[in-house]
Amino acid sequence: MENEGQEKESEIVTEVNLKEDFQASGVADILAELDNSLIGLTPVKTRIKETASLLLVDKAREKLGLVNESPTLHMSFSGNPGTGKTTVALKMANLLFRLGYVRKGHLVTVTRDDLVGQYIGHTAPKTKEVLKKAMGGVLFIDEAYYLYRPENERDYGQEAIEILLQVMENNRDDLVVILAGYKDKMDKFFESNPGFRSRIAHHIDFPDYSNNELLQIAEVMVASMNYQFNEESKKAMAEYIKIRKKQPHFANARSIRNAIDRARLRQANRVFNNSEGPIGASFLSQIEDIDIRQSRVFSGGIDK
Amino acid sequence: MRVTQGTFSFLPDFTDQQIHEQVQYCIDNGWAVSIEYTDDPHPRNTYWEMWGHPMFDNPDAAAVVYELNECRKVYGSYYIRIIAFDSSPGWESIRLSFIVNRPSEEPGFKLSRTEVKGRNIQYSITPYSSDKPQGSRYK
Ligand SMILES: Nc1ncnc2c1ncn2[C@@H]1O[C@H](COP(=O)(O)OP(=O)(O)O)[C@@H](O)[C@H]1O
Ligand SMILES: [Mg+2]
Repeated sequence: MENEGQEKESEIVTEVNLKEDFQASGVADILAELDNSLIGLTPVKTRIKETASLLLVDKAREKLGLVNESPTLHMSFSGNPGTGKTTVALKMANLLFRLGYVRKGHLVTVTRDDLVGQYIGHTAPKTKEVLKKAMGGVLFIDEAYYLYRPENERDYGQEAIEILLQVMENNRDDLVVILAGYKDKMDKFFESNPGFRSRIAHHIDFPDYSNNELLQIAEVMVASMNYQFNEESKKAMAEYIKIRKKQPHFANARSIRNAIDRARLRQANRVFNNSEGPIGASFLSQIEDIDIRQSRVFSGGIDK
Repeated sequence: MRVTQGTFSFLPDFTDQQIHEQVQYCIDNGWAVSIEYTDDPHPRNTYWEMWGHPMFDNPDAAAVVYELNECRKVYGSYYIRIIAFDSSPGWESIRLSFIVNRPSEEPGFKLSRTEVKGRNIQYSITPYSSDKPQGSRYK
């Protein structure tokens, strides 16, 4: 529009203070929270810190008039299920908000079904609805590669892709898109979709967790639910992890969460059946090794 | 003749940035925002065509500016307005309404005087543009 320039000329900045910006933005808090609340993920954490510094410096450069184009912030998170992609995306949305790159900082999580319609004329409005909801924040597309089905010539996914690409380019200031999924499938997806490849600036790989990390994650999860392990149950959990990891459908931290949910169920049963008279908080929050060892996994079965 | 109606009608046309800010004010108040268009500028034409549904669940005004630009692609030579509805009284009531797009040329209105019984005069106005059928009034 004609008088757009008018608004920006008001404040003329000649100096910036990065440390002050860093403090004021609250970015430090988020990075610390990222460090503390998530076990492992060192390469991811490093990448996020680097990205945060880059964006902070970019903002400073923008203030001094050294850049006029807003940077491309769209990202891809690749890794196996349960490696923390969704969790990190939430933190990323908050981080981008604190840095001033998105106005609201909410996360909208979708999969193919939320974007692609069932019949002609259904897809465009569906995709646009989702995009509009995500504006001001971050759109997280899980298993993004399912949008692209080359084997089906008339697949409506292509329509969604085209709208997505358009908005990712034209509305860069309005939303950030994160595509997520398995590494190999994402790589293939980017190979056959140069449009996405060229619009995504940050690729972050999420490695599988080591056994030790999974055990630490178990402890964090248990503590966050106000339960606790003892020596024996911790040992049982470590053994559980070793066996479960080799089984099909193992999903890293998610499998741990599921195992803990089932252990809580068995614990509740045990506590209920064995308790006569009043019991205290410590009894109610203790996870015994029997609560874990009763899992099918220890007798050759498979847990979900 | 520049048609004025609704809020801010005494101000110059808003930039997209200014529209964004006004719409954000509406959203932050919990109002639903709607886009409407018409090629009939008669002041008694109250019900304009709706561009999609009113938007209830978009936290950021960029969503409305995005739709406005989609609407401009199709009806760029029409009048387009933004309306904000407040449902807190228990029914939808209009809180704010302002024009965000107008034809490049607005020929204005013809004023006719008709002499009726007792030498009274009846006035009526007709937009010059509405001589042409709907859809072909503005370029
Ligand atoms: N590094 C971690 N530390 C603690 N909990 C984690 C970690 N990574 C994942 N989780 C937990 O595991 C579960 C699955 O993580 P999620 O982010 O949904 O994985 P993904 O999106 O990669 O499938 C969530 O409950 C999350 O809180
Ligand atoms: Mg996920």
